[in-house]
Amino acid sequence: MPNHGQPPVKERTRSVEGFTVVRHNLRKVDGIPLVTGKPKFVADIDLPNTLYVKILRSPYAHARIVDINTARAEALPGVALVLTYKNTPQRRFTTAGQGYPEPSPYDTRMFDTKVRFVGDRVAAVAAETREIAEAALKVIEVKYEEIPAALSIDAALAPDAPVIHDEDDATGIYDPKHNIVADVDIDVGNVTQGFTKSDVTVETTCELQYAQHTPIEPHVVLSYLDEDDRLVLRTSTQVPFHVRRIVAYALDYPVRNIRVIKPRIGGGFGTKQEILLEDIAAIVTLRTRRPALIELTRPEEFISARTRHPMRIRVKLGAKSDGTLRAMEMEAISNTGAYGSHGLTVLSNVGSKTLPLYNKAEDVHFYGKAVYTNLPVAGAYRGYGATQGYFALETAMDALAEKLGIDPVELRRKNHIRTGETSPIFVKLGEGREGVEQVIRSCALDKCIDIGMERIDWNARHGKRIRDGSWVHGLGMSVHMQGSGIARIDMGAATIKMNEDGSFNLLIGATDLGTGSDTILGQIAAEALGVPLEKIIVYSSDTDMTPFDVGAYASSTTYVSGMAVKRAADEVKAQIIKVAAQIMGTAPDGLVLADEHVSAPSGKSTSLSEVCHYALYQADQFQIGATASFVPDESPPPFMASFAEVAVDTDTGFVKVVNYVAAVDCGTPINPKLAQGQVEGALANGIGYALTEEMLLSPHGGVRNPNLFDYKILGALDIPPIEVILVDSYEPTGPLGAKSVGEIGINAPIPTIANAIYDAVGVRLRHTPFTPERVLAAIRDKDRL
Amino acid sequence: MNIELTVNGVRREFTIAPGETLLELLRRTGYKGVKKGCEAGDCGACAVLLDGRAVNSCLVLAAKVDGHTVITVEGLADDGTLAPLQEAFLDTGAVQCGYCTPGMLIAATDLLNRNPRPSEEEIKEGLSGNLCRCTGYVKQVEAVKLALTRMNGGNDA
Repeated sequence: MPNHGQPPVKERTRSVEGFTVVRHNLRKVDGIPLVTGKPKFVADIDLPNTLYVKILRSPYAHARIVDINTARAEALPGVALVLTYKNTPQRRFTTAGQGYPEPSPYDTRMFDTKVRFVGDRVAAVAAETREIAEAALKVIEVKYEEIPAALSIDAALAPDAPVIHDEDDATGIYDPKHNIVADVDIDVGNVTQGFTKSDVTVETTCELQYAQHTPIEPHVVLSYLDEDDRLVLRTSTQVPFHVRRIVAYALDYPVRNIRVIKPRIGGGFGTKQEILLEDIAAIVTLRTRRPALIELTRPEEFISARTRHPMRIRVKLGAKSDGTLRAMEMEAISNTGAYGSHGLTVLSNVGSKTLPLYNKAEDVHFYGKAVYTNLPVAGAYRGYGATQGYFALETAMDALAEKLGIDPVELRRKNHIRTGETSPIFVKLGEGREGVEQVIRSCALDKCIDIGMERIDWNARHGKRIRDGSWVHGLGMSVHMQGSGIARIDMGAATIKMNEDGSFNLLIGATDLGTGSDTILGQIAAEALGVPLEKIIVYSSDTDMTPFDVGAYASSTTYVSGMAVKRAADEVKAQIIKVAAQIMGTAPDGLVLADEHVSAPSGKSTSLSEVCHYALYQADQFQIGATASFVPDESPPPFMASFAEVAVDTDTGFVKVVNYVAAVDCGTPINPKLAQGQVEGALANGIGYALTEEMLLSPHGGVRNPNLFDYKILGALDIPPIEVILVDSYEPTGPLGAKSVGEIGINAPIPTIANAIYDAVGVRLRHTPFTPERVLAAIRDKDRL
Repeated sequence: MNIELTVNGVRREFTIAPGETLLELLRRTGYKGVKKGCEAGDCGACAVLLDGRAVNSCLVLAAKVDGHTVITVEGLADDGTLAPLQEAFLDTGAVQCGYCTPGMLIAATDLLNRNPRPSEEEIKEGLSGNLCRCTGYVKQVEAVKLALTRMNGGNDA
């Protein structure tokens, strides 16, 4: 039995600006198993009799499947099941793991009678071993009838273009006959008049390449039937609840019979916001009653998983001679590949996450299309359209500053949104539909700019073209915002229950991809409940055991799921105070919960352990606990000022990033080191996207470099010094003042580096990545003039 | 065929399949800390110490390691006490998703075994065979430095 006397006098926990747990750089709650190699990932458990599944993929960019003969494959010893369009459900669904109803078209079948890109699913084999499954794929006889393919945006939009989705049962496609998945067109004021009234205009068109997420763990799923014959999908996903719903729909199988578990996963970055394998694993397990493992190889990941949407974006800006923006027009043509996953919403975000940043412009026009092609399928990728939009917007701002004769930093300062201000774009354009009205309640962008300028030594080094042999140095900058979740759509929920030792189970649907969300959500709970983080037992992402959450995307977890945790913790705290008051025989008013005790002004106190023992065993017994949900009314943007120094070799066109500084306002950083880590990782990914990463396509639409040797992501030696500074603000609608931080960093490197290259050698790069060939060609073109 | 291999200090006999890689053998026999990222030697997630040196186990045939010694990430802690590198990875925030972490720890262990006082550039070089998509390597380099400081008796400040 616990001791009912006074608690031992102990030192109060150290505090950082009033917080005891939040704002502390605590170790990740899942850290120790990860550094000791515990079997935490999907494929780290072995189940007896597991079938190994391999997928047969289309060698053609566009073809009808006239017939498939699987007899020889089925006859191979060790083959348990062969799946094709002939023996699988033919319902169309979307692979995009979004809230319901999904804004993406239902244009995908588990296996179809038509293939639409090189790598499209044709059949699957489940066998005793990987080797047998691979051998079986080779003896499946497929009779294809090739049809003309549209291998570029222009080819897909041509008047005589082949129709990629000519099926009559697809839904949600804007204009299938013309290969247009989605169309967006919004106006504020009259942009034509706005340009007429402008003293200066600039116009630029940018193109962005095919690029991939390349999580170090490729997509993987393990399915099995539990002892009650319920289907369990242990999968590497960002969206466990959407996986459950979409698999249930695709298979016409009850939600109640499916349990989705996300263990630790090896990175996501958006590609795992997609249902790529779970439907096949599910059907194999249901048909064979055996566990099934599907793991993509690295080449399969490149060929068949998702990519960032390649785009062509034109932007035109008009300003008064004092630098005040008058009008902005942006046109985006997005290549969604063979299926429409995230086509509409990524397109919307090209405008909705960029244009509100410059709210001084009175006239704004944003329009665009997402277009089907017979190329690899694009999907969600960290930054989600904003990354593409900022290339055009922030390089155009740089050009505008030059034309106006204003320092690029000053042009941003003059025009960016500030606390207390709004933008008409917030209402006009949301994510795939109209947005919601919102006023900026926290914005430390000015301070971010100040700090970034100082750390990069802007005034001394910008515009100086410092030479070092054939190398010329230049400085560039850009500013950015993102959002925090999708307003009035995203939802997170949390359950907290109390245990006798004063610990708490925190059950959350939120999905930790390695971002550290289990840790920071635990910190939010611990802060509210007056306990150290060790007293919070975090369990997440299990559709049977945790409450609903939309999952990890749209920079939502800290803000949306964090508020759900805060609300649940506050409710639990109120229950604790009530019980403590009963124990101490005092009124609940004035009782304080801190340091694992409830204390009265009189000096009386009771421990959390005593409170829980009392509630569970002694009087008016009940489980102290609560479930709370949160749906945001707003999507408060984090802000960032990004600065880089580059050196350009004028002999070879090679661009080297010499120094990178990013100052970020993410509200209260719940765990500063983890928040910094989000930005550092996003910047590194973005620098690779700017300089080296490009999926090269063959004339027939296949990926020519489907491996990590020929598709170059940056390694430790390629990374410049990166300094990330977290700049304080307090977001009143967020948990303990927090906003999001997951995506914003990836938006910056392309425009920042492009602007720095211009500062160094006077050429504007319009096509990513900025390879030596492209840079050298641009330098030579300029010299020829 | 059968081979004998010492894994994390334990001498064991394994029956291996023709063409089986060391990565496949280790994962199949329970060393799940060894990760599979590309099976082509490009990512380093499968790194183990083979006779004390870091190798990509996906590129080593199991048949070639008969009689040799392997240390995996599971063998880095000493009887439950984390190695200084493991502690430092936790303290600096060098672990995000954790999938590249075992290979990174192996590469860093190899580096410090060979070069007890590496420069920052040498640390980066030591980790350059291991791809990480989460961290940008900033905190991993910091972690190796912190482990060095601690191993040399310095404090963390």
